Amino acid sequence: MLTIIQSALEAGFLYAPVALALFLSFSILNIADMTTDGAFVLGGAVSAVCCVSGHPILALPAAMLATAAAGFITAFLQTKLGVPSILAGIVTNIGLYSINLMVMGTSNLSIFQKASIYTLARDAGFAGSWYKLAVTAGIVLVVCVLLVLFLGTRLGLSIRATGDNADMVRASSINPTFTITVGLCVANAMTGLSGAMVAQYNTFAEVNGGTGMVVLALAALVIGETLIGKGSMVRRVLGVLFGSILYRLIYSAALRANVPADYMKLVSAVIVGAAIAAPTVRQWAAFQMRKRRALAGRKEEQ
Amino acid sequence: MLELRNLSKTFNPGTVHEKKALCGVNLKLEKGDFAAIVGSNGAGKSTLFNAIAGDFFPDEGSIMLGGEDLTYLPAYRRSRNIGRLFQDPMRGTAPHMTIEENLALAYLRTAKHQRAFFSRVSKADKAFFRDQLARLDMGLEDRMGQSVGLLSGGQRQALTLLMSTMVPPKLLLLDEHTAALDPGTAEKVLRLTREIVAEAGLTCLMITHNMKSALELGNRTLMMDSGRIVLDLKGEERQGMTVEDLLQRFRAGAGKELDNDRILLSDR
Repeated sequence: MLTIIQSALEAGFLYAPVALALFLSFSILNIADMTTDGAFVLGGAVSAVCCVSGHPILALPAAMLATAAAGFITAFLQTKLGVPSILAGIVTNIGLYSINLMVMGTSNLSIFQKASIYTLARDAGFAGSWYKLAVTAGIVLVVCVLLVLFLGTRLGLSIRATGDNADMVRASSINPTFTITVGLCVANAMTGLSGAMVAQYNTFAEVNGGTGMVVLALAALVIGETLIGKGSMVRRVLGVLFGSILYRLIYSAALRANVPADYMKLVSAVIVGAAIAAPTVRQWAAFQMRKRRALAGRKEEQ
Repeated sequence: MLELRNLSKTFNPGTVHEKKALCGVNLKLEKGDFAAIVGSNGAGKSTLFNAIAGDFFPDEGSIMLGGEDLTYLPAYRRSRNIGRLFQDPMRGTAPHMTIEENLALAYLRTAKHQRAFFSRVSKADKAFFRDQLARLDMGLEDRMGQSVGLLSGGQRQALTLLMSTMVPPKLLLLDEHTAALDPGTAEKVLRLTREIVAEAGLTCLMITHNMKSALELGNRTLMMDSGRIVLDLKGEERQGMTVEDLLQRFRAGAGKELDNDRILLSDR
């Protein structure tokens, strides 16, 4: 049981940066960034290639740089060339498939028995048998802190305002093209970081490893926003992190309940659907309760 | 301060929807001029503002502000020197951000902060924002941590006014900025506008459908029709003008009969 919770926590933290990326692009900038799937794989590919040449730590910033470039292309397409934002992400995503194959040189690159951030931590005897969780959680918490700090700077405020009221941003002498570009670069860098960590965790990178990533991250995001709610930036970022972990716990519970592996995508779809529908259902239930009470009260009066 | 020369714009040229929105507008505002613009719907008042603010580039003509040629500058660059309020109080502020965060963004227009991407709102900034909010006399200085979305339309418009003038712009554009507010609030926002404009000696253009304030506010009254400025009143000529006279001049200036169905002018 403990190992299940441990691996669910690990997965929760591993994939949390993707949810944070969507938090930035989808919740804050109000852009559905479909680059995510491809960027996740690109991060893994760059990370794996770096590990093959013996640079597991350098792999993380390298992956983030590469995926930030992918985000830049998406942003360039939509801000400068007038491609609708969803389409811009899809176009980049398709192109990334070939780029990812090029980076890896194969469709499945194993880094088994190569040094990774996890083997380094294990060999240093860091955090005992919890070393994987400790390393991942450490990195993700740093990302969370940096993200919250970043969103409080003037540039961060400008990015938030761009998704809230682009007219006002322009009137404050900020170029929305610039804020969208920075936002998408930062978001995709986070997706890339997640891909980089996952590749080292799994000891392989796979060209199809990002399929459906945007939907899963969206589920984590929505679970977080539904359960933790909106409020200060700290609360919202922690909510996303919490959502990512909770999603993985539910997923593990399903696995534990002997749901066949073939059905896991269906389980994911149900979790996503339920998470997104939850606020509406809750509102509907509350309204029905109120209505019933009001009608009952009226009957008593008569 | 502001000089428009032969400013022209045609939308959808060469199609059945062709619309000559601006036809060679010439206008010169001196520093400290406060001009009210009246005119029927579709006369080109808002289009003129959009052209000055940079929402589109003119087909012909030039826009000069304080000696700088703005004609081909993008909107966000112009906004360093141009403050703008719209009729819709929702357009000027970001609803999901706090009052303080909104003010911090507006403050970005200062040259000092242009490149300070990673700077945060300092204690001194906060104190400054507080002082500025206090002058609105709406109690907003005690609600700086609240989302702007919680404010009423009038409060949001007053906040927008503050945001566009906190760093004094070379030109302030007011596009019927009190039209969506209730009479009491409208009066308050108008009074604030007058105070702030007078205090900072701002150069200001204001669109209004209120003939009375068009004659009372500021020192010039302009009238537009069919993409042209057809009347420019100032000095003594303006002082002797009544609302009824202004309507008369409208007919004379436009050179056609007043069509009551189309031209909605309030003489309130």
